Amino acid sequence: MQRLSHLLGTENLTREQITFILDQSKPFQEFQRYPLKKLATLRGKTVAVAFFESSTRTRISFTTAAARLGADTMALQAESSSVKKGESLIDTVRTIEAMRPDGIVIRHASSGAPEFVAERLEIPVLNAGDGTHEHPTQALLDALTIRDRKGGLEGWNITILGDILHSRVARSNIHLLTKFGARITLCGPAMWVPRELENMAPGLRCTTCIEEALEGADVVMVLRVQTERIHEPALAAEEYILGYQLTAKRLRLARPDALVLHPGPMIRGLEIDPVVADGAQSCVLEQVTNGLAVRMALLYHLIGGAPVDAPHPAKDRSNASD
Amino acid sequence: MRVVEKRQLLSAEEINRTLQRLAHEIIEKSEGAKDLAIIGVRRRGVTLADRLVRSIRAFSRADVPMGILDISLYRDDLSTIGPQPSLQGTEIAFPVDNRDLVVVDDVLYTGRTIRAAMNALFDLGRPKRIRLCVLIDRGHRELPVEATFVGRDVQTSDTEIVEVRLQEMDGEERVVLVDRVP
Amino acid sequence: MLLIKNGRVFDPATKTDAPLDVLLDGDRISRVGANLPADGAEIFDAKGLIVAPGFIDLHCHLREPGGELSETIETGTLAAARGGFTAVCCMPNTQPVNDSASVTRGIVERAAASAAVRVWPIGAASVGSKGEALSEIAAMKNAGIVAVSDDGKPIATARLMRQVMDYCNSLGLPVIDHCEDPSLFAGGVMREGPHSLRLGLQGIPAQSESICAGRDVEIASLTGARLHIAHMSTRGALEYVRWGKKQGLRVTAEVTPHHFALTDEDVRYDTHYKMNPPLASREDRDALIDGLADGSIDAIATDHAPHHPASKDVEFDRAPFGITGFETALALGLTILVDSKKLSLMRLVELFTTGPARVLGLERKIAAGEPADITIFSTDHDWTFRAADSPSKSRNTPFDGRAFRGAPMATIVAGKIAFRR
Repeated sequence: MQRLSHLLGTENLTREQITFILDQSKPFQEFQRYPLKKLATLRGKTVAVAFFESSTRTRISFTTAAARLGADTMALQAESSSVKKGESLIDTVRTIEAMRPDGIVIRHASSGAPEFVAERLEIPVLNAGDGTHEHPTQALLDALTIRDRKGGLEGWNITILGDILHSRVARSNIHLLTKFGARITLCGPAMWVPRELENMAPGLRCTTCIEEALEGADVVMVLRVQTERIHEPALAAEEYILGYQLTAKRLRLARPDALVLHPGPMIRGLEIDPVVADGAQSCVLEQVTNGLAVRMALLYHLIGGAPVDAPHPAKDRSNASD
Repeated sequence: MRVVEKRQLLSAEEINRTLQRLAHEIIEKSEGAKDLAIIGVRRRGVTLADRLVRSIRAFSRADVPMGILDISLYRDDLSTIGPQPSLQGTEIAFPVDNRDLVVVDDVLYTGRTIRAAMNALFDLGRPKRIRLCVLIDRGHRELPVEATFVGRDVQTSDTEIVEVRLQEMDGEERVVLVDRVP
Repeated sequence: MLLIKNGRVFDPATKTDAPLDVLLDGDRISRVGANLPADGAEIFDAKGLIVAPGFIDLHCHLREPGGELSETIETGTLAAARGGFTAVCCMPNTQPVNDSASVTRGIVERAAASAAVRVWPIGAASVGSKGEALSEIAAMKNAGIVAVSDDGKPIATARLMRQVMDYCNSLGLPVIDHCEDPSLFAGGVMREGPHSLRLGLQGIPAQSESICAGRDVEIASLTGARLHIAHMSTRGALEYVRWGKKQGLRVTAEVTPHHFALTDEDVRYDTHYKMNPPLASREDRDALIDGLADGSIDAIATDHAPHHPASKDVEFDRAPFGITGFETALALGLTILVDSKKLSLMRLVELFTTGPARVLGLERKIAAGEPADITIFSTDHDWTFRAADSPSKSRNTPFDGRAFRGAPMATIVAGKIAFRR
């Protein structure tokens, strides 16, 4: 299995690599139950957490993951949108690099920004969400949640509901789950679910009809609705609710044991009925815990250990437990 | 660099007898095995711990609980040896507080593994006592760690390696001393 | 006097493809014939090379005045000469915009002092290219503009386009439009399609261009004016051009080398693949090549758009649009169009010479009395394009390090050798 040096997206991960990450997250799920949630595994390592787009949950999840592994974090919150001009990304990143972190977690409003950074720095880069391109740790924690609840990851009917066009969460999930034979239905208002999406991966179909999309679903992923958007007229909330809110009644069209996932933050009463959000099928809280586990596993493997191309030392400590 | 077998330290028969003896010793020195629990350190320590627990059950009918410890997250040598070891997870289904723990590993060498094992256990709770049981003690301690229950003491040099081969994992049952030659 | 000997003359105006010598006297061609005597002239041995009329680039950005960090008239024209161009038409989106005779005169004077090739300025259609008031086009014509455009943007409204066309028609100037619908374009950075979806980059549908092209052709029909579609990149716009030509309208169009060489599939996050109009879908690219072959498209123009390296070394979303193009234009044409047998070599030369000349209302040919502008090139010289060696101040090209077969070997402007490989 090719060892990972960055985590930029799920599109280029193999099944083997994905399975490895999910398996390696399991001990960290256990760990969240320990009375003392502090390891020294990454003690002395520093993780730069560079968020160029505002986010509370993902940022806290990554910083907590790093802290629980014993690493220190360097927090950078520079809001930058394509409209506002600021310091160039390259300068910001070089400034961070000069402080010698051992890895960088980056969230940015421009698709491709983590790749841009990875090409210029010598340290591992973890993508915490870039533009409308990918949000790989979200897809990994969603996969872990599905695998745990359903007992496996293979061949499910997955419905993703909402603004697919602008969703990096949708893309990362599509790339990941289709590698495991998922049949994915993308559903939302027509202008946000262009048919070309069907070409992105095998096993995809698009529909604007929520009832059709939910029928027979094993997993329903509800995306959040961005209530304001540059360059585009917004859809009125009532319109969205009418056509696309996941209500309890609509959820009954899915399989009785279907899971409901949401990347958060939820707007109760908009994309999701509060009854469903709090219901037995909802996995939102597990998603959060799993997010921590997945991010710890990724930091453990990417930031810990010698660099990918470091030579193995001559002395083999093979009587250390294997 | 080749690996060359120098001599056999324990045959299958000797391994078995040693483990039986260790099992008895543990029970003998544990005042009734009341709060006793055996913790095997991954990976070979787990196989050995499992055998000790069975042996104890066989001759004393005491059902001593067993746990599995993955010390990967507690090692001190990680950033020098290449990619992170894959985690296999700790599985200890009982609370560790006030337990009389016997940690089991195949070979005691520098003592760093046991240091890591103790750290791992302290993160789970506060055991009453931790003692160490090893099949082979090969010396060269780098930390103040001692084993209470030792199968055999062996003198080794720095380039030599003690290989414990167990049926369940290696398809054969013996302990050998190997050396690295250029 | 300069005698170009032993070459093969390719002259689309007279359909000549023959081993002929060309004698230049001062800034004019004095004789064309077989085995001309030297008579004291300097000799240029063009053995194994093609001797063509001087290439004309209808569309480029020289950045002077105002953008000298990225390029100047001097550095840009040196690069143009290396690309075999004897004349270049520079777009008005400088700082200040070339919307007045004084700015035009400034450019003409800078060119006279420092340019390596002929510089023919294009004037802005509207003041500041803001799309509101008409610029002083007649005054600019006197100062030397050869066409009118608001390039960088479309001519803002149909009403303004009509006024510009009527006015330019009376002045004998072609109107060049950068076809784009701002509301469809808004925020876009690459062609909308499966690739923009995968990359999570905002897409610009092809209809942004074709809607505007259709509008322009309709207004050309209304006014009878000369319309030239700049850097055409879609099948949709091409169909409107074909329709216009069929109606007998004076509609012409150009395509850039990058639009026939690359597609949207080549876009990753490298800003050297970001330009406006964006790289086309495969189907549109193939349609453009058909259009180049069948005469629906009149010219190849580079849209050489230099940006100094720091400005392009940013996230894709934030990078300015544009790539350079003078030095790779001919080689790309030879490789992608001629070697693949999509076009004949004569047709390719036409697209660099008589085609652009006709758009400007000029002639280009190799005949006695014509200007001594000659482009000499090889169809089999192997070379590698290295951006670092370019006289341009900018390095924003996707072709850095690409190996080519075929290159401009010498560029002669007004009888003087402006470039020799």
